[in-house]
Amino acid sequence: MKEKEILQFADISLTYQADNGEVEALKNINFSIKEGELVSIVGPSGCGKTTLLSLIAGLEPPTSGKILISAEEVRGVSGKTGYMLQKDSLLDWRTIRGNVLLGLEIRGLKTAENIAYAEQLLKCYGLLDFRDKHPSQLSGGMRQRAALIRTLAVKPDILLLDEAFSALDYQTRLVVADDVYSILRNEKKTAIVVTHDIAEGISMADRIVILSKRPGRVSMDFPLEFGDAPPLKRRDNPSFRDYFNIIRKELGINV
Amino acid sequence: MYNISQSRKLFLQKKKRRHITIRVCQVSILLLTILLWESLARVGVIDSFIMSQPTRILRTISNFQNNNLIHHIGVTFFETIIGFSLGVLIGILIAFVLWWSDFLAKIADPYLVVINALPKIALGPVIIIWVGAGTQAVIVMALAISLVITIMEMLNGFKNADAELVKMAKTFGANRFQIFTKIVFPYNLHTLFNCLKINIGLTLVGVIAGEFLVSRAGLGYLIVYGGQVFQMDLVMTSVIILAVLAALLYRLVALFEHIVMKSVLK
Repeated sequence: MKEKEILQFADISLTYQADNGEVEALKNINFSIKEGELVSIVGPSGCGKTTLLSLIAGLEPPTSGKILISAEEVRGVSGKTGYMLQKDSLLDWRTIRGNVLLGLEIRGLKTAENIAYAEQLLKCYGLLDFRDKHPSQLSGGMRQRAALIRTLAVKPDILLLDEAFSALDYQTRLVVADDVYSILRNEKKTAIVVTHDIAEGISMADRIVILSKRPGRVSMDFPLEFGDAPPLKRRDNPSFRDYFNIIRKELGINV
Repeated sequence: MYNISQSRKLFLQKKKRRHITIRVCQVSILLLTILLWESLARVGVIDSFIMSQPTRILRTISNFQNNNLIHHIGVTFFETIIGFSLGVLIGILIAFVLWWSDFLAKIADPYLVVINALPKIALGPVIIIWVGAGTQAVIVMALAISLVITIMEMLNGFKNADAELVKMAKTFGANRFQIFTKIVFPYNLHTLFNCLKINIGLTLVGVIAGEFLVSRAGLGYLIVYGGQVFQMDLVMTSVIILAVLAALLYRLVALFEHIVMKSVLK
């Protein structure tokens, strides 16, 4: 793993103007992520996790502070980030191949080389035989994989996963988390996984960042010592429980 | 297919029998009505001068070379197709503009509501004076009736396209035009076809109303003319042909929908 910092938050704050007043969504966020690192962001609902991702993706600007990707300030959507949403957001009216090429199409990068790369990804992750099928003919797990390939096809530097598994049932979710983890590792991607599920957060990342209640600020940030163990294996590791309890206490969830 | 259980066989038989019964009933009602109409007219219980009579309608149809029936059907058909196509195209275009600019949509909203509620037939004389008494007036009349509803339906559909899909496209840096062509429009194919099905009926209403007013040619003209000269055979014939034409056009739209949906979805 290279030690180069790929993403930096420099004192990010965001305040919304709503009809009934100002809402402070994020306050003085400072942290950075190294290249190839997988980072989970966990926090209570409404703490601004998704907003944080929108800022990184350039979908909206922060009120103050700067976000740097590879030392360059984020201004609007760029090719540097790939975003995965809660639902797989595959288009029913396109085949899997058509869906996977959507990102390239929108960016105007539908070159023979890039198409070949996308097909290579389909082949690598077992979807080549399904490329002419429509999303409704695939299982939830396969659909999620297709959505990931659509994101990977544009070769982003950083992947942003926003509750990417929460629409799946529990069984599928565990398998898909494993699946996505191995793909991210395989492709040596930097990724930020946003989740409200503490266990999922621990199982997916090298490092975990805890956001406090609104206004969101970093209340904890520590590495997870699992090495390269995949999510399912991690859940059996004794330290999994320890991490879980630390985070649970920090979030103020008492049973 | 070879190994079906007894209960499955019974279920399929029952389903098929029910289907056949429904069809038989439908056809019988039509045949009985025609038969009753014809026999009552022959016996003299109803006056065929006022009510017409199936055989006289048949005679009118077979006499198409003398009464120019084909020409009038053609005129109505042509006006309907033109009015329908224009209504759909202009409607979608305006809906697109209003989707693009929420500011314009907000401004247009009360006008659309009022124009939609207005009985468009009331505009008939205005239209004839403005564009002249001819085919053009009939087409404008048809447009007046179908356009506003198209705009409102399509705009509503465009605005309600799945926000998650739109966000997904935005994360790839899609501009507004790409969001429309790649997400919003294909997402609304169902809305579009529902709109087409409603429009084909509304356009016919507009065309017939226009022909009533303009009184030059078409099935609407034949109905008005036949009424004025007490040729009820001509009136009834025209109404029946109109019913068949309306059904055929609707079927055509449904067939088009079926083909498009099948090629797009599987």
